[in-house]
Amino acid sequence: MRVSPQKTEKLAFGAIWASGAIAVLVLVFIVGYVVVRGAPEINAEFLFTPPRGGLGGEGGISSCIVSTLWIVAVTMLLLTPLGLGAAIYMAEYAPENKLIGFIRYSVELLAGVPSIVFGLFGYAVFVTAMSLHFSILSGALTLVCLLLPFLTRTAEEAMRAVPRAQREAALALGATKWQVVARVVVPAAMPGIITGVILSIGRAVSESAPLFVTMGGSSHMPDGLMSSGRTLAVHVFYLAMETNALEKALATGAVLVVLILVTNLLTNSISRRLQARMMGAK
Amino acid sequence: MMSRYSIDRWSSRAVLAFGITSFVVLVVIAAFIFRESLPALQEVGLFKILFGTEWYPRYDKFGILTMVVGSIAVTIVSLGIAIPLSLGAAVLLAEVAPQPVRKVVRPAVELLVGIPSVVFGLVGMVALAPFIADISGKGSGSSVLAASIVLAVMVLPTITSISEDAIRALPPTYKEGALALGATHWQTIWRVLVPSARRGIMAGAILGTGRAIGETMAMVMVIGNSPIFPTGLFSTARTLTGNIAVEIAAAVGIHQSVLYVTGLVLFVLVMIINSASLLAYKRRAD
Repeated sequence: MRVSPQKTEKLAFGAIWASGAIAVLVLVFIVGYVVVRGAPEINAEFLFTPPRGGLGGEGGISSCIVSTLWIVAVTMLLLTPLGLGAAIYMAEYAPENKLIGFIRYSVELLAGVPSIVFGLFGYAVFVTAMSLHFSILSGALTLVCLLLPFLTRTAEEAMRAVPRAQREAALALGATKWQVVARVVVPAAMPGIITGVILSIGRAVSESAPLFVTMGGSSHMPDGLMSSGRTLAVHVFYLAMETNALEKALATGAVLVVLILVTNLLTNSISRRLQARMMGAK
Repeated sequence: MMSRYSIDRWSSRAVLAFGITSFVVLVVIAAFIFRESLPALQEVGLFKILFGTEWYPRYDKFGILTMVVGSIAVTIVSLGIAIPLSLGAAVLLAEVAPQPVRKVVRPAVELLVGIPSVVFGLVGMVALAPFIADISGKGSGSSVLAASIVLAVMVLPTITSISEDAIRALPPTYKEGALALGATHWQTIWRVLVPSARRGIMAGAILGTGRAIGETMAMVMVIGNSPIFPTGLFSTARTLTGNIAVEIAAAVGIHQSVLYVTGLVLFVLVMIINSASLLAYKRRAD
């Protein structure tokens, strides 16, 4: 029996709509599930007391929030100048030759290396060889290595999007190359760079495997760079695997999801503003 | 005070140093992982590690073949679920859906990328695994199937957005030509647009494969972690990544070194997969 093309089309479009619907429903389900089941556990006590440990997963998440803030702050403090410098080189200074092509290719590959391999590396280098032990510093340094290719590429793309004419105009006015970079290209690319920075923060917040093997996972309140700690994401893992407190795990997950959603919305609004600015400039 | 010319000279040197940092990190990572692997490679041997079927570190048995199979199994099953779904979603977003639907679905799919993997793992553990336990009638439901479904959801956005971009990047004349010849919209999509965008779709699928092999914590949470050959979808298993995460903190000596070999295997595996993806991209651009 031959099915008419029109009938086939109807069937096919049905399947296509179904797959789109599944994609959206899964997202709504995951976010909804975590938030709805986690929300009842979230209150001031949960947010402001440290975990007490044990099988019951007693206590809250205050020390995990502080650890997360430490990790994000230290990571971004090191990562931002490095990533920005690398992006400036790649976008403005790097000659177009085989060597640079090879380096670019390697960095793209680095971006795909599994995060647990970065964790192994951090364990060997920062925790053991450099004797930083299980600490916030070890975790942050590992994340810097992990996120560097990502931030570099995002910032580089933002700089490449700045029109040539702006650079040429500044050069024609007698500016040096560095003046062009620092006063024309970087300011013009700033919205894109900020987007990259916020996305990196989001990834630092949600990353778990490399921090699991480099931070030691202490649930105590961290008191400095060298103290062990666990971020919210790692805490979710501990609660889920080592306690019976699934409700607490879901509550911590809910806090995490809300944090990530806010980060994403922030990124979207900035990129929209960027577009508006570009349109306005025309 | 430095003149602007000397600032210019110094700054170009400084950014060069920054520019090669990523490259240096890559080289140092490769070197360190290799160095830490050496004791195990010398004492146990790569062949015995790669093809050994028993993992009992306490009795000096360091075969990781069961975990290689575990990683490959969840990757294949998850892609089997994710590729058709993502291709459907990509066609929907690129061709079929009206603008308002696209405006909702596209950001929703992109949002999936940002959700932490532990959250996927947690939902898999709490909501999916008990459901699977009911069907299979055994254990906690932690299984290859649970891990594959969680993984499929995690790679879906990557494959969808790259495939959609590939379809959108096609010249409009392809579509117009097919329609002018009397093809239906679906015939145009299935026989012209999708085949023409296959390189981009392939690149997305390969990138998804790389992400699937590298996923760690979510896998530890839903796969059961027993170092055995998976005998079916409902069987438990362990992935290469999970093996590292679960054991590194307690491992010493040769045991620790074998875990670095596991990392090396992952590193090489992902390098191969990503090179394939970059090549697929490049050939598309040419």
